[in-house]
Amino acid sequence: MAFVVPKDTYNGKVFEVEIGTGDKAVKIGGENTLPFLTFEGAVPNMPVIAHEVQDVAPEDWPETVQAAYKGVSGDPVTWAKHCQDNLGAQAIALRLYSTHPDRQDTSPEAAAKTVSDVLAAISVPLIILGSNHAEKDAQVLRAACEAAKGRNCLIGKAQEANYKTIVAAAMAAGHKLIAMSDLDVNLAKQLNILITQMGYEKEKIVTDPMSSALGYGIEYTYSVMERIRSAALMQNDGTMAPPMLNDIGMYVWKVKETMASESDLPDWGALEERAIGWESTTAVGLIMAGSNLLIMRHPKAIETAKKVIAELA
Amino acid sequence: MALSGVEIFKHLPKTNCKKCGFPTCLAFAMKLAAKQASLDSCPDASEEAKSFLGAASEPPVRAITIGAGAGAVKVGEETVLFRHEKKFVNPCGMALQVMDTDSDADIDAKASAVATSEIDRVGQRLRIELVSVKDASGDPARFAAAVKRVTEKAPDAGLILDTRNTAAVEAALAHLAGKKPLIYGATADNADAMVGIAKAAGASLGVIADGLDALTALTEKITAGGFKDLVLDPGARKAKDMVEQYTMIRRSATKKSFKPLGFPVISFAVNADPYMEQALASIGIAKYASIIVLSDIAKWKSLALIALRQNIYTDPQVPMQVKQDLYKVGDVKAESPLMITTNFSLTYFIVLGEVENSKVPSWLAVMDVEGLSVLTAWAAGKFTAAKIAQFITESGIDQSVSHKELIIPGYVAILSGALEEKLPGWKITVGPREANALPAFLKNKAAAA
Ligand code: SF4
Repeated sequence: MAFVVPKDTYNGKVFEVEIGTGDKAVKIGGENTLPFLTFEGAVPNMPVIAHEVQDVAPEDWPETVQAAYKGVSGDPVTWAKHCQDNLGAQAIALRLYSTHPDRQDTSPEAAAKTVSDVLAAISVPLIILGSNHAEKDAQVLRAACEAAKGRNCLIGKAQEANYKTIVAAAMAAGHKLIAMSDLDVNLAKQLNILITQMGYEKEKIVTDPMSSALGYGIEYTYSVMERIRSAALMQNDGTMAPPMLNDIGMYVWKVKETMASESDLPDWGALEERAIGWESTTAVGLIMAGSNLLIMRHPKAIETAKKVIAELA
Repeated sequence: MALSGVEIFKHLPKTNCKKCGFPTCLAFAMKLAAKQASLDSCPDASEEAKSFLGAASEPPVRAITIGAGAGAVKVGEETVLFRHEKKFVNPCGMALQVMDTDSDADIDAKASAVATSEIDRVGQRLRIELVSVKDASGDPARFAAAVKRVTEKAPDAGLILDTRNTAAVEAALAHLAGKKPLIYGATADNADAMVGIAKAAGASLGVIADGLDALTALTEKITAGGFKDLVLDPGARKAKDMVEQYTMIRRSATKKSFKPLGFPVISFAVNADPYMEQALASIGIAKYASIIVLSDIAKWKSLALIALRQNIYTDPQVPMQVKQDLYKVGDVKAESPLMITTNFSLTYFIVLGEVENSKVPSWLAVMDVEGLSVLTAWAAGKFTAAKIAQFITESGIDQSVSHKELIIPGYVAILSGALEEKLPGWKITVGPREANALPAFLKNKAAAA
């Protein structure tokens, strides 16, 4: 028996979404096959990594990743420029973390000003994230959308509890949208349907299936992503066809493996390498499951992820 | 490869003699197809029927065991491409590469690292199982001496003999009686001799070829001679080739029943950049490699790989659960705050992490709701006021905790009234909905106290 390449053909295709403007704009998605299987389909765009930047100094980040941004992280504009100019960031993800009512409760107007300042300083695409407080995010992101008008940003995250305001604002200002639901294929589909029912084009949505860190439920995210991608390709389900985003830094840099010292846990080995490797391994796992865009923190972990992506092309 | 009842029926005697305990041969065939009966129950089944059904019931990816005794590692037997379809069966083995040109001290250190690699993760004891000794010297005596050193320092590790030289394999096997190593391996040039050696030693054999056409030709040639304990190396060393070639192999075996590629895959993640090596190994874990060879197993590196392997090979049907118990987070005292959550492991880990981040020592009562998250468990009637009250009453919490205040997840705030009724004397406090608000919540509470 001669070997015959076992090709599958799919009716569906992942939507191609462009963010940013000018020659620094990036495209994600667009593939009509499972991750990197170019023997049977086209993968026009490789996964993109965005560097996470916060509007407030990252005092609650573990030491290993805080140290990587020493001297620049006190101010979001400096921090974002550093990522773009010195670290070669393909995109910046600005998290408006200080707006959370339990943090500084920064006003939507002040947050919008931060967005304008960061946008004025960078030319790579900007992802604008709230603080993951459903009610407050609706107000903050509405103001941010307006401030970022014309820059084709990616705004999020719209969730079931707050999508209406955010969708309307993103639509009015011409931005792309992150739709996030809680680790469930049907919820992800349902939210996309609700959003499109408001008149927002499904071709402009990016799905956040909800991420998790290696060792802390990554297999759930992994399988939800594989199922979403299968539905998009095999069942040609347009409501499942948006590219997928994984906001992993916030999950990875919260687990013990990125914080506990080697002297406390000698079986776990060197903290710095362990922590960096935890983030890059999480990224690689989810890239295998079909991630199109990842938000990450440590420059060294990002470097590894980019090296892997280059080898996957 | 699943057969239908009708296909099986064609091979039965069709006498309806009922000796199998079923009224007709067809009824028996249906039970066989559903894997609820064994062909042994039919005394009149022909040899032809036995060999036909035997071949059809073989797993699409052959099981290969490396090593013997307690340390033996079984790989292969996989049936699907996606873990959400069905649990991946045998977690891949991970091997540390040792060069026979390494100094004795280095060989000892590497072998010891494997021997002591076991760690505990979420209640499972996990380790790096294999050592791969590479013939870099070209000297069979040197190779055999290195293999012997490894078996002395790491007696429970399975062995991979990485050499194309039959003389080196034979010299090493002299030290490996009954150890069933993987000989890696056979190429188009040495296949006949290697198969003879592997057969005689009860060893499995790696088959090395450049690409899947050449690999198919070689495994067909070897299996035609009746030897089937094979492991495949199609030559992929770059991420892209790994994903594509391993996917083609798994798909050919499971979807096309293509026997020449129905064997486990060995993948070499070896890379000068340790993070890149970790990444290439991660690709192997996710994408169907059954054996992964590493150049170094620094603890920080293997911890992540062991965790990823455990995650990918978890049964997707069974929600991950933690044990129902009263957990101490930090240096708790009898007056420390008491929270309740459910035993879905993801919920537990997230809540645990946030309580740890708060640096406020706390009691965390984890209730068995069959591994559901808070909202799902509440919706399913498993996290109700009555059940929580029963758990709190029967758990003996009052032995450890001196106060009577229970913090419940914000998502089930609706239960607070009913809980206060069912737990007389208790104060029910509604906590935040999302775990990420716990640090602020606990700190405020501690400051107010
Ligand atoms: S014992 Fe065999 S021949 Fe007899 S009825 Fe059963 S299947 Fe048919």
